Amino acid sequence: MIKGQIVKIAGPLVVAENMAGVSMYNVVKVSKFGLVGEVIELKQDKVSIQVYEETIGIGRGEPVEDTGVPLSIELGPGLLESIFDGIQRPLDVIKQKTGNYITRGVSVPALNRDKKWAFEPLAKKGDKVSPGDKLGVVQETVLIKHYIMVPNDIEGELIELAVKGNYTITELIAKIKTTEGVQEITMLRKWPVRKMRPYIEKMAPKELLSSGQRVIDTFFPVTKGGTACIPGPFGSGKTVVQQQLAKWADADVVIYIGCGERGNEITDVLLEFPELKDPKSGEPLMKRTVLVANTSNMPVAAREASIYTGVTMAEYYRDMGYNVALMADSTSRWAEALREISGRMEEMPGEEGYPAYLASRIAGFYERAGQVVCLASKEKRIGSISIIGAVSPPGGDLSDPVVQATLRIVKVFWGLEDKLAYRRHFPAINWLRSYSLYLENIEEYLKTVAPEISSLRSKSMRILQEEAELEEIVRLVGVDALSDHDKLTMETAKSIREDFLHQNAFDMQDTYTSLKKQYNMLKLIISFHERSLKCLENKISTKEIFNLPVRDKIAKSKFIPEDQMIAFDYLENEMSQVFEKLFAHHTEKK
Amino acid sequence: MFKEYLSVTAVSGPLLLAEHIEEVKYGELVEIELENKEIRRGQVLEVSGDKALIQIFEGSTGINLTGSRVRFSGKSIEIGVSMDMLSRVFNGLGEPIDNGPKILPEKKIDINGSPINPYARDFPQEFIQTGISSIDGMNTLVRGQKLPIFSGSGLPHARIAAQIARQAKVLGKEEEFAVVFGAMGITFEEANFFIEDFKKTGAIDRAVLFINLASDPPIERIATPRVVLSTAEYLAFEKDKHVLVILTDMTNYCEALREVSAARKEVPGRRGYPGYLYTDLASIYERAGRIQGKKGSITQIPILTMPEDDKTHPVPDLTGYITEGQILLSRALHQKNIYPPIDVLPSLSRLKQKGIGRGRTREDHADVTNQLFAAYARGKEAKELAVILGDAALSDIDKQFSKFADEYENKFLAQGEYTNRTIEETLNIGWELLKILPRSELKRVKEEQIKTYMDK
Ligand SMILES: Nc1ncnc2c1ncn2[C@@H]1O[C@H](COP(=O)(O)OP(=O)(O)O)[C@@H](O)[C@H]1O
Ligand SMILES: [Mg+2]
Repeated sequence: MIKGQIVKIAGPLVVAENMAGVSMYNVVKVSKFGLVGEVIELKQDKVSIQVYEETIGIGRGEPVEDTGVPLSIELGPGLLESIFDGIQRPLDVIKQKTGNYITRGVSVPALNRDKKWAFEPLAKKGDKVSPGDKLGVVQETVLIKHYIMVPNDIEGELIELAVKGNYTITELIAKIKTTEGVQEITMLRKWPVRKMRPYIEKMAPKELLSSGQRVIDTFFPVTKGGTACIPGPFGSGKTVVQQQLAKWADADVVIYIGCGERGNEITDVLLEFPELKDPKSGEPLMKRTVLVANTSNMPVAAREASIYTGVTMAEYYRDMGYNVALMADSTSRWAEALREISGRMEEMPGEEGYPAYLASRIAGFYERAGQVVCLASKEKRIGSISIIGAVSPPGGDLSDPVVQATLRIVKVFWGLEDKLAYRRHFPAINWLRSYSLYLENIEEYLKTVAPEISSLRSKSMRILQEEAELEEIVRLVGVDALSDHDKLTMETAKSIREDFLHQNAFDMQDTYTSLKKQYNMLKLIISFHERSLKCLENKISTKEIFNLPVRDKIAKSKFIPEDQMIAFDYLENEMSQVFEKLFAHHTEKK
Repeated sequence: MFKEYLSVTAVSGPLLLAEHIEEVKYGELVEIELENKEIRRGQVLEVSGDKALIQIFEGSTGINLTGSRVRFSGKSIEIGVSMDMLSRVFNGLGEPIDNGPKILPEKKIDINGSPINPYARDFPQEFIQTGISSIDGMNTLVRGQKLPIFSGSGLPHARIAAQIARQAKVLGKEEEFAVVFGAMGITFEEANFFIEDFKKTGAIDRAVLFINLASDPPIERIATPRVVLSTAEYLAFEKDKHVLVILTDMTNYCEALREVSAARKEVPGRRGYPGYLYTDLASIYERAGRIQGKKGSITQIPILTMPEDDKTHPVPDLTGYITEGQILLSRALHQKNIYPPIDVLPSLSRLKQKGIGRGRTREDHADVTNQLFAAYARGKEAKELAVILGDAALSDIDKQFSKFADEYENKFLAQGEYTNRTIEETLNIGWELLKILPRSELKRVKEEQIKTYMDK
């Protein structure tokens, strides 16, 4: 193995000499503490290394040793319900080993080597197998069957397969005869994080990733296999939206990456997810979740890696045919880590000091999302990764290079606004500026679940846009200048905002709304609006309309339980009667 | 002994370059002996070949290239801690400045600390009653939270921080608490205000003070919050104390960082602050919280002044991205003579959800707060409209909201510096004020709550 010496230390960047022959992106062990580092530049016999652990106290002349392999993570049963740091060290095991603080130089395997998993074979001796074919299955958690597949570079005849029984991840479970000899297979895989895992082909995503958040699902939906970003200043609700998605999205597996953000937010997820029940299965949400946590006070370079660690795990579950949702909070901290290392290497800075390759790195990350036909020779297996990235621009300014580079690649933009957050309108997603480019993709899909929702959406959007214009007028000349028709528009817009778009994540009832219920709620509001329009045509005053007590019931329809959807029909009925009465009353008067 | 070098080859601003160094470690503590035998302390910022770049805490005045000796300690910067530190005053590097005896350390701690494993944290959720309605009611503080005060020059942040230190308590509990106070680049007058207040209330017996004044060496400020937090961690996690940490003024701290960054000729980020300011601040603010199985806790109240009252300035901006909310002071309220001039709308406590409600404060807390927020926001908008178009342009309902906003500022926000309201009093004032509004507008509170708390 190649061994050199440290000549320079500047924060997370270390330069070592006498390293000729080392490959780019190889992992090296740095200093007498054996810190994990990654080679990020080669210059004759010198290499620049980003070190994933604290470098204070390491000295010139200390050794640097090549490991010969690129930065890789372990894949296999035991990932779910775990919490890892940015380079996949299990934080629970680290705590057992070193106590409450993270100390450096600890080396522990990511996956438990002693635990036995109940393996069931899904193939038989003599089968011709190719990458991605299922060899067997392990019930990893109550929610997820973990398929043990043929590794990606192996093809041949299955000459041995373990019988049903309990095995650790390092025990032999299969032998495959290939043209290059017999390969021994265990349940444990390794994969270099910076390399995309292969698939057969990408497809256009057509299915909604339902999130239970009204403003998202109805107005700015994301798909299974889609990409979305959520930029906003601090306190505008990025993390809450990400956590809401992690809780309620109808994905099979959730990868939640806390990248350079608060420690307590990770603790919150850790303590809350085991208690929360998945609305579909009734099982604890943690059973489908993997946490990657590199908080803001943990070493900066590992933040950069955490994103890739997370997405590689996502690809691994996608390859089994699952719909995976990945949240990264916040991609800005990852970009800043990139900037910090680049700065220490004295690279030519681009915009705001970010390296010139910022945009291509961001694009490369989001490109790992998508719905794909997975590698497999015996079946057409489809899996997907949706990526939802938070972006934290300085001062909330959207001209920030990270925001701009992200917007060029993602298809959904949820623009958070501090003004809305100050008014405690949550989620503070600006309905006029946000967009989803998936509306057409999911048109067909929506027809099966909530027909007409598209038309309700466009009607509502028009009302909200008109409201914005009318507000300008009110600001100039006062509310009295408005026609009755305009006043109605303003009232309906207010109802859409306050009774539909506003959703309290911390209210037990309000935190999740099924698509069906979203449709019902919005239908009530629009139906009230359209009936009111008729009234106006018949010279019934706005005052009479606005004083109808049924409005209050519409406002509270968010509290109708999911299993009592019939109540919406009653309400619709009541409303129609109320309006009939109003008409009758009016004709009498005439 | 450690090797001594006479090979200082360059001094620039607070930085010193030493060459031909045989053994040097990144981040280690360095002693510089001047020709006149004066000793200064520094820290290695970068090692490159046989050169070491050193930041000098006490500044470079008087250092020359021929007579200065540099000694490398082989250790990182440490502070010796002990229970005897309580009621004592130290400088920004942790040396006593109150003419008291030397501290015999029980142990020495690396001031840089280590990151708390998120797996080891316990979620902060114990309500701290500060007695200030705009905090307790609207932006509730919990034990183990980091909640900064965003202030501006001339605003009464010091008085508010002192009031919190004086009144803060966890309901139904008498526990051991301590205050660790860190001053960075503030005036003597302001530092003295805190010391006098601690003395008056007797808090001084349970306080440790680290003071770096405006007239003290700026670079020393880089070490001060770390010295403060190392002491706080010792008291909280080894001596079971509930520690309140006050750090003021973080803007001065950041300016010291900027000075070093500029001297190193680093690529400057926004407004000249270094690109790693976020990471650096996080290494301070994240040293707050609770740890599973530990009795003590660290609650942080950093204070910063926003240059030109601009919340998007890098110091408040990056702070807000790290801390668990912010208490924002408003010049407009201050000019209206409202104390404490806390602007509740842009203020935020991210941890309040779990600290309030039944069994913690009161079951109606969350809803009535949401209602007050919504009503005050609408009232303020109405008032703004009235400024442009005159009162007559407001609808009847908007007039009521406008009245509500005024009353809310005068009766809810405004209170005396020595008024200590219980949480019940705070919430009841809120309900009383909501009577100004028509029932049909109270969408965020529940019918039963109206019955219980408004109609009683
Ligand atoms: N959907 C929501 N419902 C209720 N409160 C919310 C919601 N979204 C955000 N908030 C409030 O806003 C605060 C800040 O949200 P957070 O997601 O932490 O912001 P960011 O990550 O953008 O800094 C939360 O602590 C909470 O009080
Ligand atoms: Mg956040």
